[in-house]
Amino acid sequence: MTHVVTENCQACRFTDCVTVCPVACFHGDDERLYIDPEVCVDCSACISACPVGAIKEEFDLSDDEERWIEINASRAPDLPVIRSKQSPLPTAEARRSELGLN
Amino acid sequence: MTAPGTRKVAVVGSGPSGFYAAEALLEAGAEVDVIERLPTPFGLVRFGVAPDHPKLKSVCQNFTQIAGHERFAFFGNVALGRDVTIDELRGFYDAVVIASGASADRKLGVPGEHLPGSWSATEFVSWYNGHPDFRNRTFDFSCEAAVILGHGNVAIDVCRILSKSVDELRRTDICAHALEALAESRIRDVHLVGRRGPAQAKWTAKELREIGMLAEADVVLDESDLALGATCEAELADPRGVTPAQSFKILRTFQGRPRERSKAVHLHFNLSPRVLEGAGRVERVLFDRCRLSGGPFSQVADPTGETVSLKAGAVFRSVGYKGVATDGVPFDGRSGTIPHERGRVMDGDAPADGLYVAGWIKRGPSGVIGVNRACSLETVETMLSDFADRPPSQAPGRDALRSALAARAVRPVDFTSWMRIDEAEVEAGAALGKPREKFTSVDKMLAAAFAGSGPVPQSCCA
Ligand SMILES: NC(=O)c1ccc[n+]([C@@H]2O[C@H](COP(=O)([O-])OP(=O)(O)OC[C@H]3O[C@@H](n4cnc5c(N)ncnc54)[C@H](OP(=O)(O)O)[C@@H]3O)[C@@H](O)[C@H]2O)c1
Ligand code: F3S
Repeated sequence: MTHVVTENCQACRFTDCVTVCPVACFHGDDERLYIDPEVCVDCSACISACPVGAIKEEFDLSDDEERWIEINASRAPDLPVIRSKQSPLPTAEARRSELGLN
Repeated sequence: MTAPGTRKVAVVGSGPSGFYAAEALLEAGAEVDVIERLPTPFGLVRFGVAPDHPKLKSVCQNFTQIAGHERFAFFGNVALGRDVTIDELRGFYDAVVIASGASADRKLGVPGEHLPGSWSATEFVSWYNGHPDFRNRTFDFSCEAAVILGHGNVAIDVCRILSKSVDELRRTDICAHALEALAESRIRDVHLVGRRGPAQAKWTAKELREIGMLAEADVVLDESDLALGATCEAELADPRGVTPAQSFKILRTFQGRPRERSKAVHLHFNLSPRVLEGAGRVERVLFDRCRLSGGPFSQVADPTGETVSLKAGAVFRSVGYKGVATDGVPFDGRSGTIPHERGRVMDGDAPADGLYVAGWIKRGPSGVIGVNRACSLETVETMLSDFADRPPSQAPGRDALRSALAARAVRPVDFTSWMRIDEAEVEAGAALGKPREKFTSVDKMLAAAFAGSGPVPQSCCA
């Protein structure tokens, strides 16, 4: 079991998730974040921290979200660890409204 | 030696919030001393996290890494108020962070709550996890039915420990004394009772799912409890509240399951405890059946006039932890927290100079381990902005603390000494096929900490 960052982490990169991670399992590129399944301890703190509900438990993924397991697992190890909150992307607030999550 | 002018900060409490505050302070260049009442660090990770959740406990490795920093020191076996006062600490350091958590438990305030056979979940959890203050509690598992009051993750932990077999627990780090007592358990039915509905339960989806995967217990619920009113539907549909919707889905999968195991976990909703009854000890709990009223996310349970009784020889109230006051530090007794603004302790309208707060004693007793990291980061950010306006540090820091302790013949347990305790526990566990067997008395902890290094001071609270 692990947690995965899914579709919704797109054009926003809020990074609230990283501030509640007890084990520094988040890695990121310029677009989005990924969870390293080898490091995640399944504490679920990030689920409610993400303003756009992008993070899910592996168990809760719908069929078309399943692909995110592999994407997180393969991308995370090659990217730098992100542990501190960063400025969201300029499109973040627009993205949040688009998802109806204000 | 640290560079002149380095900020020196004492953190009181070595649980997650204390360690996360230390981590952020070290990154900002400060010298950090973590002061802990017990000889062992990690607070609720050691004494709260359930023994059958080993993955969560691996955060201790991250804490150990933080402790390895050259500007970090651990002062275990040093109790604030007993061995050093808050005013002394404020004199020795540029700032003090109170991260003492919430060690007491909330009461229900209903008659019969103190009958024999009624306990708080916190004392049960502390007991099976080997907290020295709770080692000598006794619990009676000779009854067939237990009631757990509350629908949070602690209630679920208690439910799992009562419903798992000793064989399932044997390879965890649950303490030997608890394993021995639980081996005699005759509990077959565990009732997990909440005063509000399934949409308001505080547990997380992952924890709830585990209840449905118990090897020896079926999960039983009344389907009519899953019929939701419009306000509850609105709560679950709110995209910001992912977790309640997920756990509701899981509850639906529990409906109509066949009874095939020897034990059962019964989920009850909308029952508010009214009185615990029994002749000389608890025999049953009487509940008010409730219905919800109020708007989304602020619904409360109102009694309908109907009462329901559940037989139980053991009752665990799992209705939350509560913070306790620290002498000389402002405190709000109602919420059990220290008043603050973004982590800066407030004495009425004025900031208490050099005093900060982090973790459960700041926010109240909710949020999983990681939530404390964000909480401590906020506190440290506030502190650093306060430091920016001040001249470089003149504080004597740890040398002053060491001298004060030496003058009182208090021998602190440093991190290396803790690692000796750790090693001895892991070794004792290995012999039993467990990750560790904990020492459950302060004297034994100290003996291991100082093994081979002179006479061991007697503690006053073993
Ligand atoms: N595995 C894990 O990750 C794990 C394990 C243990 C603890 N934790 C965390 O630790 C924190 C504390 O957990 P907790 O379970 O102690 O607290 P909690 O999540 O706040 O749950 C307390 C429960 O007690 C109920 N309650 C409060 N007062 C009551 C009363 N007078 N009568 C009846 N019911 C009452 C609450 O119902 P109302 O909602 O109606 O008030 C709620 O269901 C939580 O954030 C939890 O997630 C996590
Ligand atoms: S938007 Fe992405 S960066 Fe984190 S807080 Fe949410 S997963």
